[in-house]
Amino acid sequence: MIREQTSRQALIRAGLTGALVWLLAAPLAKAQPITIKIGYVGRAEKKTTISLLDYPPDNDGVAGARLALEDNNTTGKFLNQRFLLEEARVKEGTDPTDIVLQLAGRGISFVILDLPADMLLKAAEAGRGRGLVFFNAGAIDDRLREEDCRADVIHVAPTRSMLADGLAQYLVFKRWLRWLLVVGSHEADRLFAAALRRAAGRFGARIVEQRVFEDTGGARRTDSGLVQIQRQIPLFTQGAPAYDVLVAADESEVFATYLPYRTRDARPVAGSAGLIPKSWDAAHDQWGANQLQNRFMQLFSRRMTALDMQAWSAARMIGEAAARAASGDAQTMLAYLKGPEFALAAFKGQKLTLRDWNLQLRQPILLADGRTIVSVSPQEGFLHQFSELDTLGIDRPETKCRLK
Amino acid sequence: MKLRMAMWQRLIIGICLPVALGSEATAYKAYVSNEKSNTISVIDTGERKVVGTIKVGQRPRGIAITKDQKYVLVAVGDDDTIQMIDTASNKVVDTLPSGPDPELFTDDPSGRLLYVANENDNTVTIIDIERRARLGDVEVGVEPEGMGLSPDGKILVNTSETTNMAHFIDTDTRQIVANVLVDSRPRFALFKDDGSELWVSSEIGGTVSVIDPLKRVVKSKINFAVPGMRQEAIQPVGIAMTHDGKTGFVALGPANRIAVIDGATHQVQKFLLVGQRVWHMALTPDEKYLLTTNGVSNDVSVIDVAALKVVDTIQVGELPWGVAISQR
Repeated sequence: MIREQTSRQALIRAGLTGALVWLLAAPLAKAQPITIKIGYVGRAEKKTTISLLDYPPDNDGVAGARLALEDNNTTGKFLNQRFLLEEARVKEGTDPTDIVLQLAGRGISFVILDLPADMLLKAAEAGRGRGLVFFNAGAIDDRLREEDCRADVIHVAPTRSMLADGLAQYLVFKRWLRWLLVVGSHEADRLFAAALRRAAGRFGARIVEQRVFEDTGGARRTDSGLVQIQRQIPLFTQGAPAYDVLVAADESEVFATYLPYRTRDARPVAGSAGLIPKSWDAAHDQWGANQLQNRFMQLFSRRMTALDMQAWSAARMIGEAAARAASGDAQTMLAYLKGPEFALAAFKGQKLTLRDWNLQLRQPILLADGRTIVSVSPQEGFLHQFSELDTLGIDRPETKCRLK
Repeated sequence: MKLRMAMWQRLIIGICLPVALGSEATAYKAYVSNEKSNTISVIDTGERKVVGTIKVGQRPRGIAITKDQKYVLVAVGDDDTIQMIDTASNKVVDTLPSGPDPELFTDDPSGRLLYVANENDNTVTIIDIERRARLGDVEVGVEPEGMGLSPDGKILVNTSETTNMAHFIDTDTRQIVANVLVDSRPRFALFKDDGSELWVSSEIGGTVSVIDPLKRVVKSKINFAVPGMRQEAIQPVGIAMTHDGKTGFVALGPANRIAVIDGATHQVQKFLLVGQRVWHMALTPDEKYLLTTNGVSNDVSVIDVAALKVVDTIQVGELPWGVAISQR
């Protein structure tokens, strides 16, 4: 009798302990792990760059996602969660619908996208009604967060306007208020120039003149070398009204990298060359960032790019949501990400959160000169009633986004 | 003259009972790690002055004094080791074999073992201090940082900054026995002296989680609302607690404040304005003063614990990070 009672008590105790263990210490549980499958859809083509140093590595972007998967799986080991990544590449101008449907068919509910804006919208449309959640890791177009925003696309990449504002705040802090704006002849260049003009207007800088650098085609590297460039750039930059800084909008990598040290007047260059606003840089080591840089280097034997970081952040957001919501269900996790509790630690000195009106990740913007981080915006003194990070980019009162 | 007085007092303490001293503050040595200068500033807490500077390795951060008071241990992360400073000579005399990029560590109640968080390889290293030997490693989450040991020495808690957990490690078996999720980027873990609570600060989450060490659940969360300060600037890091567990102190990083917490109710009682980017703290053994390291303003604030007032500021080296205070 006594034995029976004891064993019953022991059973109850064991049951309670079991429940506790199950609740609190998932690694000890023997249950089937929750598997969270993530897709990564990137571009098949690589961007042409002026500098060899900027030439994108084959695994640009997806490498960041892979590192985040390792980080997620280390955490998942303790929570009985497992993360898998599948990668696909699509050619520019093709329809990504089939790829998205294939990924969905294989049980993938989270898709990280590094695609041009129109292709991204097609990919997201393909997922409509299938409960997919997309993370935009590559496209900086403001319109994706404004008139083309969607309730199932979270934007991890900063926008052109965030990048432009981050740069403008620093130039204004330096009192370099007179800008010579040089714009490339491609659509992306014009969009960046528009963001820079908006930034100048917001923060009190003045564009003394705007010039267009026509892309006449041609190779970035030639056997005849740099002789002509040394003559062309001074000619192109001469005769401008007095200016403090040359600001270049050249996302297409046609000319901006040739500007520093070659301008007619001795002036610093910023924008697409010189002092560049970006979400990440290989030189960034503050706020524990060198730990991430070290992990990345160990895994891939190369330095981490901004696209790698954007993909890392996207995959870490998925990991955070799974850990915090204790779930692998896409909609439960999406609800967590959209909720007030979500915060991402991403080595930027403060938490990154989502703008609830358009699902853009708030983030500081690094200003890099290729060797060091010169500064990090928002700059001191640019105040905001809600978050100083909202001094970067299009703010709630100006948004055209209606999430649906 | 003042210095001589202090030494004379210490002599008395050595021979007689401290009670004989009355209300005169006892002088201790505070050792402050200057992350940028690669030095340790030695402060005489009675005089509130830097009385010595010790050159150490690259990027000194975590700092503690051995139980026998013979050595100051300092983690020099970029040299991947822990240096031992002889407290008699103020010179680096030896090193301990940590893993890569050691940051914070704690010793066991006997003073024999040292548990070290190695930020760079997701492990906690166990070191025999006497033999200067590495006894083993425990695999933990991504970017281990905070280290707290239960008063009985049986449970070691490590926090991992990217995994966002407090890992409970059985020090006998060296196995993880539980993991508690806390808010983003947990940086510091401290048990109350009676072992009833474990406090874990989350730098990015902006909170301190109060964990029940037996049930291993977060029983309450301390939030900090500094009037006129944006939420992102509130980044809790270092924690200190009085022996009776009645008062806790939390360093709020770029909010430039120390929060004073009621140890029983977990309510914030007061914010004390200190220097810029306050990292860590240490109480003098008599608990009369609390010293804080202010990373950006290159100084140490001295807080009168009874009055809850900042009473002094001491200039130290560049980017002070950690602080440890001798028992005598």
